[in-house]
Amino acid sequence: MRSGRLWPVHLTLGIGAAAMVAPFFWQVLTSLKSFTESTRTPPTWIPSWQWSNFAKVVEDTPFLQQFGNTVVMTTGRTLAQLLFCSMAAYAFARLRFPGRDAIFIVLLSVLMVPSQLFLIPQYQIVQELGWLNSLPGLIVPGMFSAFGTFMLRQFFLNLPGEVEEAARIDGASPFRIFWSVMLPLARPGLLALGVLTVLWSWNDLMWPLIVNTDPERMTLSAGLSALQGEHFTEYPVLMAGSLLASAPIIVVFVVLQKQLIQGIAFTGSK
Amino acid sequence: MEGAVARAAAARAEPRRRLRDQEWFWGYAMIAPLVLGLGVFYLWPVVQSVYYSFTEWTLFGDSTWVGLANYRELFTGPENAKALKNTFVYAVWSLAGIPLSILVAALLNARGLRLVSFYRTIYFLPVVTMPAAVALIWRWLYNGDYGLINYLLSLVGVQGKSWIAEPSTALYAVVVVGIWMSVGYNAVIFMAGLQGIPRHLYEAASIDGAGPVRQFFRITLPLLSPSIFFVSVLTVIGGLQMFDLIYLMFGKANPAYADNKTVVLLFFNKAFEEGAKGYGAAMAVVLMLITLVLTVVQFRMQKKWVHYA
Repeated sequence: MRSGRLWPVHLTLGIGAAAMVAPFFWQVLTSLKSFTESTRTPPTWIPSWQWSNFAKVVEDTPFLQQFGNTVVMTTGRTLAQLLFCSMAAYAFARLRFPGRDAIFIVLLSVLMVPSQLFLIPQYQIVQELGWLNSLPGLIVPGMFSAFGTFMLRQFFLNLPGEVEEAARIDGASPFRIFWSVMLPLARPGLLALGVLTVLWSWNDLMWPLIVNTDPERMTLSAGLSALQGEHFTEYPVLMAGSLLASAPIIVVFVVLQKQLIQGIAFTGSK
Repeated sequence: MEGAVARAAAARAEPRRRLRDQEWFWGYAMIAPLVLGLGVFYLWPVVQSVYYSFTEWTLFGDSTWVGLANYRELFTGPENAKALKNTFVYAVWSLAGIPLSILVAALLNARGLRLVSFYRTIYFLPVVTMPAAVALIWRWLYNGDYGLINYLLSLVGVQGKSWIAEPSTALYAVVVVGIWMSVGYNAVIFMAGLQGIPRHLYEAASIDGAGPVRQFFRITLPLLSPSIFFVSVLTVIGGLQMFDLIYLMFGKANPAYADNKTVVLLFFNKAFEEGAKGYGAAMAVVLMLITLVLTVVQFRMQKKWVHYA
């Protein structure tokens, strides 16, 4: 197809793209309106630039604490997953030990179970440990992932064996080989899993909603949903809050989109 | 003489055995944190949940064995039948997003197309945005009095409704948002699938005089069927477990709330708001069985339409 004939493609994709961004465009406009302005019909297209809506979210709600909780939860879960999953993935892919494949299959079975089946006992464990309304309660169950292990194992399986063999002859221990030789080679896989985990963690709703009910201890997603219930009518303020809450992840996506897309394409091409 | 040979063999085997011992040790050591974590927080809880589904919990946290009582209650409650129906409706309508995603992927794959990464970024925004924020935006768009959607409809002379407060439209309004959120994600999977189709097939087809439409139905669609299968299994499983959007878009005060609950929303109500842990566990077990059956059915049916190259 010559590029001159691509205009119908651009037209269709453009209409779709407009449908994708229009809600966000309206969110930004609404966040800059006053309350009475937001309820006007026909709607106003030029807002009166109420930047104070953003200040209001930060001042009137525990937004900053919730932001901090979300950052700590997301970082904690992601770093732990990268460490635990890559260690186990390397062992499952490259080391020989009795029971290896059986253990791997049992772990994979976790992927097939709907999360509701874990929730009640997980809640009880966290409750018994005294971790309700705390950061460990938010972080710890999300530190382990069967999916991440499966994904990284595929990466390790596909790496060449020569470097590893050379290090082994030099007398390096399996952990040393993993840490200094193989881990750097698996960087694309680690990045892809990292971005997926950040995304999944930042946006996670049900678990944070269950374990942290104190507004100061909530994450942004739970806080935002609680806010919707209380300040039902203050839509411009709510829009400002939701913009602030979702902006960081959008920035992460724009910066690391290649890795994220790779990770997702990978899940579809087993 | 023989002793010397054996000694030499043993000497050769010695470092190899040490190496193997080392490998065993490190193998177990390196999987230990993950096995422990998944065991405590995922594997054992499944066993516990199944056990809990046969028990009833008091307010003091004691549980008593009640046999199949939870399951009996599950199959007699009218609330459950409604939730199950809603869940199926949601899952089936979600599949409507698949043709859209294929279209987007096929267009993005057009040879010589520029701006691909620009479009990809735009289509991906709803995928990465926090569901709590997405729900809020759409609640406002759907608003019966001040919503943009009704305003735009009024321009073409259509009288809008209070889409998410109306029991008859609320679920479908959420389906639309669900599809909007997943088009970009699925399109990426389809793009990877499309890139696996060899170009020469299209070249051969155009020599034979097949137009783009014929090529699409004779080459693209059959060779994309593994990806379509993968995405539809994921979509159905995701649909059956729908929670976030429904919970976020219907406030408790919403008149459509009671009639439009899904199974997982009901599970959340029972297990964590009403504290009926045994009953909630039974719901989760039944949901798992339904998911399992539907996935097995999809895998069975794939023989009829999925072509692996």
